[in-house]
Amino acid sequence: MNINRRQALTLSAGAALFAVTGMSAGSARADAAAVDKAMMEITGGATPEEGKLTLNAPEIAENGNTVPIGVSVDSAMEGDDIVESITIFAEGNPEPSVITFNFTPMSGEATASTRMRLAKTQNVVALAKMKDGKTYMAKSEVKVTIGGCGG
Amino acid sequence: MAKVKPRVKVPKTASAGEVITIKTLISHKMESGQRKDSDGKAIPRQIINKFTAEFNGQPVFSADIHPAVSANPYLEFTAKVSESGKFTFTWVDDDGSVYTDEQEIAVS
Amino acid sequence: MKKSILNGVMGGVVAALVSSAAWAEPVDDELVIDGDIKMVVRTKAPEGHPFDEIRSGWQYRTKETRALEVDSFNNPGMLRVEEGEGIWNTADGTEGKSCADCHGDASESMKEVAAHYPKWDAQSNRPINIELMINKCRTERMGAEAYEFDKGGQKSLTAYIKHQALGTPVSIDLTQGDMQSWWEKGKEEYYTRTGQLNLSCSNCHEDNAGNYIRADHLSMGQVNGFPVYRLKQADLVSLHNRFRGCIRDTRAEQPKAFSDELMALEVYVTWRGTGLSVETPAVRN
Repeated sequence: MNINRRQALTLSAGAALFAVTGMSAGSARADAAAVDKAMMEITGGATPEEGKLTLNAPEIAENGNTVPIGVSVDSAMEGDDIVESITIFAEGNPEPSVITFNFTPMSGEATASTRMRLAKTQNVVALAKMKDGKTYMAKSEVKVTIGGCGG
Repeated sequence: MAKVKPRVKVPKTASAGEVITIKTLISHKMESGQRKDSDGKAIPRQIINKFTAEFNGQPVFSADIHPAVSANPYLEFTAKVSESGKFTFTWVDDDGSVYTDEQEIAVS
Repeated sequence: MKKSILNGVMGGVVAALVSSAAWAEPVDDELVIDGDIKMVVRTKAPEGHPFDEIRSGWQYRTKETRALEVDSFNNPGMLRVEEGEGIWNTADGTEGKSCADCHGDASESMKEVAAHYPKWDAQSNRPINIELMINKCRTERMGAEAYEFDKGGQKSLTAYIKHQALGTPVSIDLTQGDMQSWWEKGKEEYYTRTGQLNLSCSNCHEDNAGNYIRADHLSMGQVNGFPVYRLKQADLVSLHNRFRGCIRDTRAEQPKAFSDELMALEVYVTWRGTGLSVETPAVRN
């Protein structure tokens, strides 16, 4: 399957012309500082610990409209070992908050997943709050591919 | 837009104390409030902002939802069941509409 | 696949977005829906096809996108298929009839049917697809208005009917009527460069299947999953809408949906996927 130089140039020129503007370009965006601020409201100013919380996000999202995302904390969900909530934030979206999952002992496990929108390549941050007040965070960068063929 | 309709997947049976996986999906455009129409006017936000799951009247799981959740919002979570009963699922729309679905489970 | 110059030219863009070169090849993964329905996503090409082997677009997508099609509950396109089921059972038009009043249970009457469309329609003396067949029923049997392109229940009902052929290999009969000449016309269109960008269907989907056009992993352009649920639109997208979108991207005049041009293209491109399972509603980026 060979491609000659002329075809290659035609295709690359075509590719360059497939310019796609970002979702609501120019509007205000959340950033890492806004996410930190939102997190501090949950932690009461304490710095969350690393670990314990798992954030499952794709390394590359084929389309920022529908990005599968999952969170879980290894917890017995009884006694004092209860996860109250896990919140997901996005640093590069117009608003930092994405979703908060609220658990109860009847949840059985502290695990949940959903599908989210990402305006561009950015960090996704999850914050878990335990019944005893401890908080844990996890962060993952998701690369969002744009500029494919519309239609 | 298509009529708002929930879909829920709950196992029909479980053993006592088992942790089951529940999946829910509801048809909804989740208009973010960030988009503009062809005249350049902002399209007002209209999303599902809250989801709750109860079992025999007891809270199991809930979610506070923001515009960054995708259209046709999908939620997957777990529940620990100790007796037979009924799950009630509720979605709350920005416009005040409430959509519900119920599913029974037999626990042995 | 031989590395083309395209990879070199676009290397910068691709490298910036794709961390692993291995990701470029379609995956040789098997698609089994709900652990039950084994789909043909890779098979020997029909006689006369430019490729030895053809692959479903599913194999060109990331694992997260592929996963959405593996479990029918997780597939958001199924919401619209359910909507289509509602339309199937609802009376419309002056005759007060629903699809079900004549055709009964679609899981019986429409089983595997859509795998064999487009078909020859002697009455109109041209090929007919599912959308046009629905309109024919609506106007001739139900006393209802024909659906306008992509309007009303057209996409949902088409998806519901095609979904009854889930898993059935695509196989169309080119010996009916003048199907062969429409196939020839469609083939000519497929290889004709068009638009300001001077691109033919084959430039992308034959010459460069498996390569990237900017960040988009080009597939063979198979149509066995239409209407597809596209993540981009977060909704079903019909085949003729996609044809028009591709043609628009070449910056050419877009033929109308169901025009002779696009019906010929549907016949030819459907044939290029002979042997692949019907995947409706497939999930694509």
